[in-house]
Amino acid sequence: MKKKPIIRYVTIAAFLMLPLGAVYLYKKQSEKTQNEDSYEVGDENLDEIVDGIHVRTGLVAADGLQEVITNCTTCHSSKLIVQNRMGKEQWNATIRWMQETQGLWDLGDNQKIIVDYLTTNYPVFKKGRRAALRDIEWYTLDSD
Amino acid sequence: MKRRNFVKKASFGGFSAIVLSDIVFKDLLPKDYVPLAFQNPDPFKMFHKDPEMVLLNDKPWNMEARAHLLNDAITPNKYMFIRNNGIVPESIDASNWTLTIDGESVKQEKTYTLDALKSKFKSHTYQLTLECGGNGRSEFDPPAKGNQWTVGAVSCAKWTGVRLRDVLEDVGIKSDAVYIGYHGADLHLSRNPNLEPISRGVPMTKALQDETLIAYAMNGEDIPLVHGYPLRLVAGGWPASVSGKWINRISVRNKIHDGEKMEGSSYRVPCETVAPGDKVADENMCIIESMPVKSLITSPKSGAIIELGSNFRLSGHAWAGELAVSQMEFSIDFGSSWQPCSLKRPVNRLAWQRFEAAVNFPKKGYYEVWARATDSEGKKQPMVLPGWNPKGYLNNACHRIAVKVV
Repeated sequence: MKKKPIIRYVTIAAFLMLPLGAVYLYKKQSEKTQNEDSYEVGDENLDEIVDGIHVRTGLVAADGLQEVITNCTTCHSSKLIVQNRMGKEQWNATIRWMQETQGLWDLGDNQKIIVDYLTTNYPVFKKGRRAALRDIEWYTLDSD
Repeated sequence: MKRRNFVKKASFGGFSAIVLSDIVFKDLLPKDYVPLAFQNPDPFKMFHKDPEMVLLNDKPWNMEARAHLLNDAITPNKYMFIRNNGIVPESIDASNWTLTIDGESVKQEKTYTLDALKSKFKSHTYQLTLECGGNGRSEFDPPAKGNQWTVGAVSCAKWTGVRLRDVLEDVGIKSDAVYIGYHGADLHLSRNPNLEPISRGVPMTKALQDETLIAYAMNGEDIPLVHGYPLRLVAGGWPASVSGKWINRISVRNKIHDGEKMEGSSYRVPCETVAPGDKVADENMCIIESMPVKSLITSPKSGAIIELGSNFRLSGHAWAGELAVSQMEFSIDFGSSWQPCSLKRPVNRLAWQRFEAAVNFPKKGYYEVWARATDSEGKKQPMVLPGWNPKGYLNNACHRIAVKVV
């Protein structure tokens, strides 16, 4: 579209200025009240642990946590770790796959620490061919 | 495009009104696009999802529905699962968006603007079932790695766009064409610009079907940002990963497309069935094409407590990949006996089908209502997990809900 090129440049410039304005206003605002939509993690909260869980990542607080945070959560979410259950061999194969295809670096001595952490804190459990329904939220269904 | 909508949707509530109240550059922004400075880490707000949706992953964003959220005949955005392999594009300029058709098997490379696509080709609208290949992965034993989807990685929205076939005919395709592969504007998680997060595709037969669309609208509006704004491929009935988002290039290949997540164990299952936990070499893995027959009870929600003798109506949806569903049944005695459900025809090919039934419970107690669909070739859903595969795809085991009669 060729119409109104000047407006367009002005608007692009305005757009580029937005982050500055936003940061300014955000700082100003947070001095007064905390907006319920805003999300802040202060430095003091980065290592907070509640009930054995590292709050910021949701990972189990145990030996190897720091190595996992440093090497794994740079690229993907800790949520992916928490959901998965694998044995040593499978974790090592997954690490190899990440190195071959996803740009993961050589983990050196940390690999054993990380795999030990994962298999200890997220052990495989048996589900069988079909598990029973779990965590049913019972409620009264009104019939019409 | 409604400016007010954008303002409302910007996440920093108060300031958005100050900073963005009179944006003059609305044409440069997609409807749902929130500038990075305003991105709220709350994905439910950012992507306009219902708070009952379940977040599986935040890097990349992955979110699934729960069965009872999928009761609408046409899935609205708020209940549509999100499956991303990479980072959602951080800046999208729809007015300058182009789609290039290239590859070994085009007669000449050709590029279309969004407007050209819309004006040059006839638009078509279909309701299309998109199910993640890994939907149900969480049930496999031994477990398969990846996002642990339960039942909610399926949707059936109304997609509007142009037929891929019409565009390919306009470009001119050589007789040696085998496959198409898409390329999108999403970023690899490592932010390495030389890596694509995903680039999959379909064989020419699927690419040339009436219902295979290059879509620019979902449920009558611009496609939501996280679902591929401004342009996505939609190939219903196949693993949703072939329906590429944010597409800017489609390559017509003279061989099976070899893009990211086409090879190895991605979206592949053992060509011959294997025992649970077996290792399978890459060369013995076959690409998933049509998804299998499946159904979901969407009403009532699991966990209903009812009084003996009260009315109990069951409803949900059934689908069968490339095929239609021909029969729908339910059981309240763990498969000892099955009773028929009423089953609607699909509104168009590749759309899911509504089923309903009135259920009578003979006496008080704990029940599970199981639902089982049969496809047009006579295949039924299994009650136990189907064939194990290394990545946990294609779990079409019967869905069931818990009911207590008091």
